[in-house]
Amino acid sequence: MKHTISVLVENHSGVLSRISGLFSRRGFNIESLAVGPTENPEVSRITIIADGDDHTVEQIEKQLNKLIEVIKVKSFKPSECMARELMLLKVSATADKRQEIMTICEITESKVIDMTVNTMTLEICDKYDHLIKFVALLEPYGIIEMVRTGTIAIQRGSDTIAAGK
Amino acid sequence: MKMSASRAMVECLKAEGINTVYGYPGAAICPFFDALLDEEKTIKNILVRHEANGGHAASGFARISGRPQVCIATSGPGAVNLITAIATAYADSIPIIAITGQVSTEQIGSDAFQEADITGAAEPFVKHSYLVKDAGDIPRIFKEAFYIAGTGRPGPVLIDVPVDVQKAVIDFSYPKSVSIRSYKPTIKGNYMQVKRVAKALKSAKRPLICIGGGVFASHATEEVRKLSEVMDIPVITTMMGISCFNDDDRLFFGMIGTHGVKSANSAANDCDTLLLVGARVGDRAVKTPLALAETTTIIHIDIDPAEIGKNIGTDIPLVGNAKDVLRQLLEVVEPMEHKEWVEHLESYRVKREYSRPKEGTVNPREFIEKLSEAMPAETIVTADVGQNQIWAATSYKLKANGRFLTSGGMGTMGYSLPCAMGAKMACPERTSLQICGDGSFQMQFMEMATCVQYGIKVKIVVMTNNRLGMVRELQDIGFNGRKVSVFLDGSPDFVKLAEAYGIPALRVNDEKSMKKAIKELAGEDKLMLVEVCVDEDAPTL
Ligand SMILES: Cc1ncc(C[n+]2csc(CCOP(=O)(O)OP(=O)(O)O)c2C)c(N)n1
Repeated sequence: MKHTISVLVENHSGVLSRISGLFSRRGFNIESLAVGPTENPEVSRITIIADGDDHTVEQIEKQLNKLIEVIKVKSFKPSECMARELMLLKVSATADKRQEIMTICEITESKVIDMTVNTMTLEICDKYDHLIKFVALLEPYGIIEMVRTGTIAIQRGSDTIAAGK
Repeated sequence: MKMSASRAMVECLKAEGINTVYGYPGAAICPFFDALLDEEKTIKNILVRHEANGGHAASGFARISGRPQVCIATSGPGAVNLITAIATAYADSIPIIAITGQVSTEQIGSDAFQEADITGAAEPFVKHSYLVKDAGDIPRIFKEAFYIAGTGRPGPVLIDVPVDVQKAVIDFSYPKSVSIRSYKPTIKGNYMQVKRVAKALKSAKRPLICIGGGVFASHATEEVRKLSEVMDIPVITTMMGISCFNDDDRLFFGMIGTHGVKSANSAANDCDTLLLVGARVGDRAVKTPLALAETTTIIHIDIDPAEIGKNIGTDIPLVGNAKDVLRQLLEVVEPMEHKEWVEHLESYRVKREYSRPKEGTVNPREFIEKLSEAMPAETIVTADVGQNQIWAATSYKLKANGRFLTSGGMGTMGYSLPCAMGAKMACPERTSLQICGDGSFQMQFMEMATCVQYGIKVKIVVMTNNRLGMVRELQDIGFNGRKVSVFLDGSPDFVKLAEAYGIPALRVNDEKSMKKAIKELAGEDKLMLVEVCVDEDAPTL
């Protein structure tokens, strides 16, 4: 099962390598990892999508907590958080296909951000499942290049995991 | 006060009460060594003959003193040589501070001469590490390092200091306290959990306590003894827990595990409730944790939440410092009696009988048992890895206040002599007895020079079977006797070797020489070596 794990860490150099090292060393599988600053400049937030049973996720959380620079770890069930991922995608698009692709963009609420004689570059920001569907829709045209940020997630409602408070 | 950063590093060690360090110099750590010279009356550097041995010696010192201890190496090869010791300390949760020199800040990342990314390389084996970029951070970093190494679940901390940083001038004052928002070990147990544990122990018909190295780390031997006595609960140990509990206590049933004794393993099989204290249920201790957990109520006390439920399913987890938690527990438990259960376990005790050894050899277990009877009660026994380790672990009868040290988690050959040196320096009044094999001795015998140079009195016992005995046995049993690369032909005469260092030495190869050697080993405290000739086919168990 996929789990979303949010980790607040000290914004020190080397922290990311400690965390990624921990995952590979302990045999935990990372699906994606996204990192960036938070409202507190001293604190970064890492969002990890990891695969594993409940026991594995419990171990991941506990082992992460042992790293001195990890301030807080929280894992979410899909129903507890809102998750988004940004994807940029370059697809072959000759003049005769452009209209079809534009229609897909309209329906999926994605954008065309660049275009050449035979390619289109698209941008979508959505949930993981929707990105997968989006890719499936465009596959027939020929995907040339794809880049994704990895999922970030935030709790639903007014709850937070409170950086540095 | 203004001073050089290297001098500040020395002041930090002084403030932490360090009087001995184990270091090996090189260009990138020279400013620090130079500063150490100014304080040589307060802090003595022991020039070990290999960096890993410096780390092991600091480990031995730390285990006896109960405080983090320091080893030092230069950049590149020096630092990389330390890794074995860091990993060994990590596996056994021993607090050491490894200080390494690094190439100068502007050279980092350029593959400069003797540059190694030691914080990167050691990352899997450290509790925490620092690469010092700003000399002004040194006081805080040292304070934090000692705090992190010695509190919670102890472990090694690495401080990598570029040579230019060591030369900088800083305004020094040592912080009085530490505040790391993300590091707050749980000390006291959750009260509700404590009550649950008490209840489970009360209703148990066949309770058993299994103690590990965590009991030493939290100085909880007395609390374990009390709990066992008040509730009449038998006790077994892991290898790391040996000497946590008095060997001749009527409730003690020995070491559990692949190489453990029958009474302990049978007790673990037959109990209905198992209280684990500071023991991580490593695979050498419990081969089939799943099966055990199925039939037994597992209660697990550990300061590291990650150990609970990692290797064995737990019915009642209790996070906290063993000493504090056991004290809480002692307040709520009532005296009990488990006469039948204890009697049942009595039946598993096996009377030791020793087969007649081959001509020119002695029975290793008989030798160790007899030696243990003669040695002073407070002797610190350090065992290496291999058959010699198991012989020592199962045949050395520890007396009250005796202590047993070994590399349990990593099983690092070459640990015992440097560890025994550190242990001796931590407590010079106690006899330091080291037991190793002829294979492992050849990974560490260079430290005899260090012992001579600094007058470190270790009683060295080398069990010579001319084989890497434990691997030989594995090949005999598991590979149809296809023996490969386990023959130690070419080894020197160890008695002569010791004598070449000016160390008095004896050889044991029969009853008479055994008696004589035991008398010498148990007698005057001095540096000496005994080579014990053992049958190449002698079994471990
Ligand atoms: C550094 C290291 N290398 C290899 C091993 C694997 N190993 C475990 S026991 C053993 C044999 C040890 O031989 P010796 O020191 O002669 O002791 P004996 O088993 O004969 O008592 C070996 C090679 C190890 N534990 N540590």
